[in-house]
This record gives sequence, structure tokens and C-alpha cells, in this order.
Amino acid sequence: MKLWEIAHSRTGDKGNISNVSLIAYDVKNYELIKEKVTPEVVKEWFKDIVKGEVKRYELPQLGALNFVMYDALGGGVTRSLALDKHGKSLSSYLLDIEI
Amino acid sequence: MKKIRIGSGAGYAGDRLEPALELIAKGNLDYISFECLAERTIAIAQKAKLVNPDKGYNGLLEHRMDKVLPLAHEHKVKVITNMGAANPQSAVDVICKMAEEKGIKGLKVAAVYGDDVLDKLDKYKNTTVWETGRPLEELDGDIISANVYMGIDGIVEALKNGADIIVTGRVSDPALFLAPLVYEFGWDINNYDLMGKGTLTGHLLECGGQATGGYFAEPGKKDVERLWELGFPIAEVSENGEFIITKVEGSGGIVNKDTVTEQMIYEIHDPATYFTPDCVADFSKVTFTEKGKDVVEVKGATGREKTDTLKVSIGYKDCFIGEGEISYAGPGCLDRAKLAAEIVEKRLELTKVKYDELRIDFIGINSIYKNSDRKYNVPEEVRLRVSARTKTRYDADQVGNEVETLYTNGPAGGGGATKAISEIVSVASMLINRNDVEAKVIYKEVL
Repeated sequence: MKLWEIAHSRTGDKGNISNVSLIAYDVKNYELIKEKVTPEVVKEWFKDIVKGEVKRYELPQLGALNFVMYDALGGGVTRSLALDKHGKSLSSYLLDIEI
Repeated sequence: MKKIRIGSGAGYAGDRLEPALELIAKGNLDYISFECLAERTIAIAQKAKLVNPDKGYNGLLEHRMDKVLPLAHEHKVKVITNMGAANPQSAVDVICKMAEEKGIKGLKVAAVYGDDVLDKLDKYKNTTVWETGRPLEELDGDIISANVYMGIDGIVEALKNGADIIVTGRVSDPALFLAPLVYEFGWDINNYDLMGKGTLTGHLLECGGQATGGYFAEPGKKDVERLWELGFPIAEVSENGEFIITKVEGSGGIVNKDTVTEQMIYEIHDPATYFTPDCVADFSKVTFTEKGKDVVEVKGATGREKTDTLKVSIGYKDCFIGEGEISYAGPGCLDRAKLAAEIVEKRLELTKVKYDELRIDFIGINSIYKNSDRKYNVPEEVRLRVSARTKTRYDADQVGNEVETLYTNGPAGGGGATKAISEIVSVASMLINRNDVEAKVIYKEVL
């Protein structure tokens, strides 16, 4: 099953840091997501993009996780060579993880 | 119990205008706030002000105010915006002139400024810049602007003095929404629980349609009604800081716990520690309850004492970026695109074009994700994109030129070549002492 089936996501950016939320549609899937989608899994998944560490914050009452990815946006929105300088589409890529 | 209704008129500099007009006319609002100033926008505005001292405010100010001024006046809705950018004083002059031309009387307009700290940077030469991890004095490129994120002080002062329209330079985005709450309810600015609650109100509203179903739709999974008529959010706030998020009945979009959850986590890091000029907000225990169609109740935000520092965005002339694109289709298209990329790289080397970084994308294959583990199906079409960061305009120009010349010098069947070059103003961030910053307010009246 892909995360896409049970969760949704939005990406934000600040400088060269990207944050990607992961929100269970049904809060009962939160524990499963929390168990499977560790910071290590996310770091490995984004290894060609994210050069720094990945931190995870938990919001159990909302069924949500927040992944904060450092050195993740090619130097930051203002100077990145990427087409998607904000990394907006990274949310959709996260949801492609198979669990 | 007294309640205050605040609408969100814009989520970014170029946002749609109709949702704001709908909110003013039908939202039963007390205030509408327009957030129109991204990180880098103020540096670009500063450049415009250097060319013409009367400019440097948001380029859509006149376009927006043409409709907003008469409507807000008619419905007695106060307007707060950071559309002043690098020149709030001139923005106020423009607004007053427009009001006079429209025959609007009894209008008090305020400019809030003091965010420009360019002349104070000297004492921060040794301060570490976040993006580079190096002292400010080692920043590579001419500094053209330095603007601090101010808090609510100036806006609250303007409201106390009866301003109907308040135009600011750089203030924190939530401050555009927190300030009227502090003024209306007489909140103690040292009550950090209330500051945290009001900061969440602002955080949920500051991106306009992103709280009401914009940037949310996933057909079949997260369907949103009539995005072409997306309504922007309203917060109805009680004196204790609790609030609901809703929108104008009949407008497009949707407000539910999923839309507001996505927006709450948008652009925050540790939910328990969200630094703003007015408090360190804590969203870690927030709950959302759906109270009806397009009505979500928000509870549980709080905050802690603000820090001694404020964040400064420093705009500097960084580099040039040159880029070029060309498409290939049909059998073997990816191989031809790869050959084209090889040709461009070799050409840049042979012609001694200097660049600091080069990036090759195959659009449709790996332009977004760059995942080296992924196996791709053979595509039916692919678009090559070559981009490079250079020190000079000349070198940047050669990047697009070498892609364009693939028409007659490259692989078979290349089409639709485009090229572009941009001068990059980048933003560096650091913290300065709060005591070095003082909000200033000036007023102008249309009698």
C-alpha cells in the first residue's frame, strides 16, 4: 500500500529547509504511519535531494507528522536551479512511499 | 460575548482579487488583511525604490485599492496589509490620492515602517548568516536591502489612533491578523497564551485560499467544490482567543479539519516552538472540530515569552541563472535528450563558460525528484532543461544559447527551444537585537 492511499501532505519552505506534513485521513492509521515512516525512511527516500538531516515532529491528536528536512532546496528558493524551487511537489513524492 | 471577524484578502503578492471583494461585501467582517510580501519581494521592491523614490510598494496596490477602497468604506471594514513593501509612505500617498479621486471622505490611512535596518548592519558584521553558516561580512554579493520582521506594535498603535487602512513594510505575517485582535479585545501583549492563540489565527489565514481548499484538491480523494470561485477564509474570534474558521456561504472551496490541518503545519518546523516577533507560539496541542458545513472550531493553541531577537531578511545581488529547454518525442526520445545534454555540457566546456553549478533535468523523467534508484518507463516525450548559476550575465546567456543551437547542431527532431536568463537577488537571514528596531507610524487623512 502506498501512503497516498491513507494520508495526505503539504510542503512548506523556509530558506533551504523544507517541511513536509503527513496527515492520516483516518486518525486510526496514525500509529501505523508513525511506525513505518521514520525520519530514517524519509531521509533515505529523499537522499538525492535532501543533503542535511531529517527531523520528525508528532501531532497525534491531528493524526499528523511533520518532517523537517535540512539543506533540502538546492541552496534555497531564491537561488536554487531546480524547476520546483520551493520543493512544493515533494509532498506528493512522500506519498509514493510503499508501506 | 464580543466576537471579531477577520478575513484573509490575499495569500501572496499576486493573488486573486475577487475573493477579497466577496469577503468585504458578504463576509460581515470587521477587518480584512492582505498578506502580499514574500521573503525576496521586499529586496526587489527596494531596487525599484532606488530607481524611483516614489515606488517600491506592491505593484498591484492600485489594482486592489481601486475596488477595495470604496467597498471597505461602504461596509466599514478596516484594511491591514503589508503591500507597503519597501515604501509604505508612498503607498499611503497613493491610497489617499485614489480615495480623493473616488470622493471617499473621512478616511485615515497609516504607514507602519521602521523595518528597514540596512544602516544598522555594520554592528552585525560578525553575526552568523543562517543560509551560509558564515559571518555576515563574508556574504558574497552586494547587499541591497535588510528588513526586519516586526511584530504587532506599529499596527496596534495605528488602530488606537483610528486608522481605517494600515499599510506596512515587513512585519511577521501573523501580525497582520493578531494586531486587530489585541486592539479590539485589549489583550495584554504579555499574555503569551493569547498571543499564541492569535498567532495561530494569523497563521491559518495568512495564505488565503490555502485554508479553504486551495492547494488541497486530489480528484477522487480530496474533492473541492468550484475552485474557480474559491472563497478565502474568515476567522471569527472570541475574546478568550478561541475561534472558528469559515468562509462566505456559497463561495467555492471547502473548510474542514483536513484543509486547516494542512495549513497549520505549512511552513512550520517544531509545532511547539514557532518563533514570531510577538511570542513563541505552541501549536502542538491544537485540535480541530467540524461544527457544520465549512465551519471548523480551533482550540488549544498557546505560547511562551517572545525572544530578545528579531529575524532580518537581507537581500543581496547573488548571481545569474541561465537556462534553456528543448523537447524530443517518439522512439528514442530520451536517448536523444541525453545526447543533447552531453553536447551542451561539452560546448560550455569548449567555449570556457564559467559556472558555479550546472543542473540537467529531463522534464517528465527526473526534473522534480532526482531519485537515482527509480526505474523509469520509456517516455513518449521528454523535455531537456539545462540551467546554470554564473557570476556574469554573459556566461548565463551562453547556457540558453547552447540549448537553442541544438536546433541545427544537435540530435534529430529537437523542438520548442526556449531560453531565459535571470539576475538573482537572494535572501540571507540572521537575528538582530530587538532593541535596535522601533516601529514608526505616520498618518494621512482624507477629509
